[in-house]
Amino acid sequence: MMFERTASIGRLGLVIVRDWGKSGQLLFRILFRLPKPFRGFPALLQQIFAEGVLSLSIIVVSGLFIGMVLALQGHHTLAKFGASMELGPLVALSVLRELGPVVTAILFAGRAGSALTAEIGLMKATAQLSSMEMMAVDPIQRIISPRLWGGFVSLPLLTLIFNVTAIYGAWLVGVQWLGFDPGTFWSNMQSSVEFRLDVVNGIIKSVVFGFVVTLIAVHQGYFSESTSSGIANATTRTVVYSSLAVLGLDFVLTAMMIGGW
Amino acid sequence: MNHLVEIEKLHFSRNGRPIFSGIDIVIPCGKVVAIMGPSGTGKTTLLRLIGGQLRPSAGKIIVADKNVHRLNQTELYRLRHKMGMLFQTGGLFTHLDVFENVAFPLREHTQLTESMIHSIVLLKLNMVGLRGAIHLMPGELSGGMARRVAMARAIALDPELILYDEPFSGQDPISMGVLVRLIRILNEALGLTSIIVSHDVQETLSIADYVYVISGGKVIGQGTPKTIMEDGSDELKQFLQGLPDGPVPFHYPAPAIADELIQRNA
Repeated sequence: MMFERTASIGRLGLVIVRDWGKSGQLLFRILFRLPKPFRGFPALLQQIFAEGVLSLSIIVVSGLFIGMVLALQGHHTLAKFGASMELGPLVALSVLRELGPVVTAILFAGRAGSALTAEIGLMKATAQLSSMEMMAVDPIQRIISPRLWGGFVSLPLLTLIFNVTAIYGAWLVGVQWLGFDPGTFWSNMQSSVEFRLDVVNGIIKSVVFGFVVTLIAVHQGYFSESTSSGIANATTRTVVYSSLAVLGLDFVLTAMMIGGW
Repeated sequence: MNHLVEIEKLHFSRNGRPIFSGIDIVIPCGKVVAIMGPSGTGKTTLLRLIGGQLRPSAGKIIVADKNVHRLNQTELYRLRHKMGMLFQTGGLFTHLDVFENVAFPLREHTQLTESMIHSIVLLKLNMVGLRGAIHLMPGELSGGMARRVAMARAIALDPELILYDEPFSGQDPISMGVLVRLIRILNEALGLTSIIVSHDVQETLSIADYVYVISGGKVIGQGTPKTIMEDGSDELKQFLQGLPDGPVPFHYPAPAIADELIQRNA
């Protein structure tokens, strides 16, 4: 019994190490086989459209509602301490530092990451990647690489859009509905938010999340089992692993940033 | 006679299970050679080994005087310009229409002008009888049409060697007849060397110049279609005549049914 348990822990360890190794190899091949400029740039633009532009609706709607809820909750709590005028800074700092990068990355993993995994997994299952290889075209360079860089570019842009719509949602609730003074709302926000510490740090987080989430998505698709259940499992793993990676990395990055990095 | 492909003492295992145990095969230039055998004997694996997508555990594969598994990626890709492969599922890119699928290798590997690419694609599609389907998406094609488009794409760069993976499986009699005819015509018209992996006995034997039958990781028979059909060995007879029981048993290995039932009831 004891021996079996130890063996199963060992097996799990081997699987994890093997997955990390495969992911590292894939990343190495992507980094050293950048798309060719003539074919790669249109493919990159296509991917920014597929991963970024097509994710806009979910990002804008979520950002708007999250900003509105934040304003309502903020008002409810701040009013108890007579600090309602701090609603603007509360919303802006929460969104710019944490909610913007984290929520956008998790939504991106659900919308674009899962689609990437399913697309690559199906291309593999229907021999499209193999046929490309047999035509002397490297699928990593032609298919995987533009998708990774597309996600890397899209997520920071989506995060900026999320931030703007969330603050707009908070303004709608705070100023238009609850009747706060717009001057106080905006000027308090402006005096509390620092460009370098709040806006740039949030964008740095989203750059890291964009890379990690898209790498997980392409890895899961490229190494998925070529069966319907294999692709379904890979898609699920993309969303779960990406969400956990985003939350874990957010803690690490926040600790580094608050620690004066 | 010159050989385009030479396979020597090839060994290959997957997950510890031997697939090939020292097989030797030669493919002469300009011929249609069939590699046949029951399902699961590694026929598709053999094509992937010839194409350099898999590495053998021992032995070597020479294609056009190059040892496939000694080449680096650039050399391997250069060698693949001389090969075309038709996959069992067609392997067409689902996001591209028929024209773009056939134009894909031309766009990737040549500097031809758009009008020349257009002319070549039309000619290739005309050869497989699908010039009229130029704007259709792969999802709008029947299985037979998809394979013909894949065939046009495989010959787009005028390869020397073409590998067919189960080209007839799941086809209706008309599509099958069309594919059989096309493989033979293309081989002669373009001066190709063709390797057909299949278990469709009649169709494959009707167009092959030479046949290898593999089973249990070994070549169990080889020769012209006529000599293969006249071979008296039990293994070949079972495969060619489709006998349910023989050297390949009908029952998956298991204890005797009576013993198992008694044991269960006890």
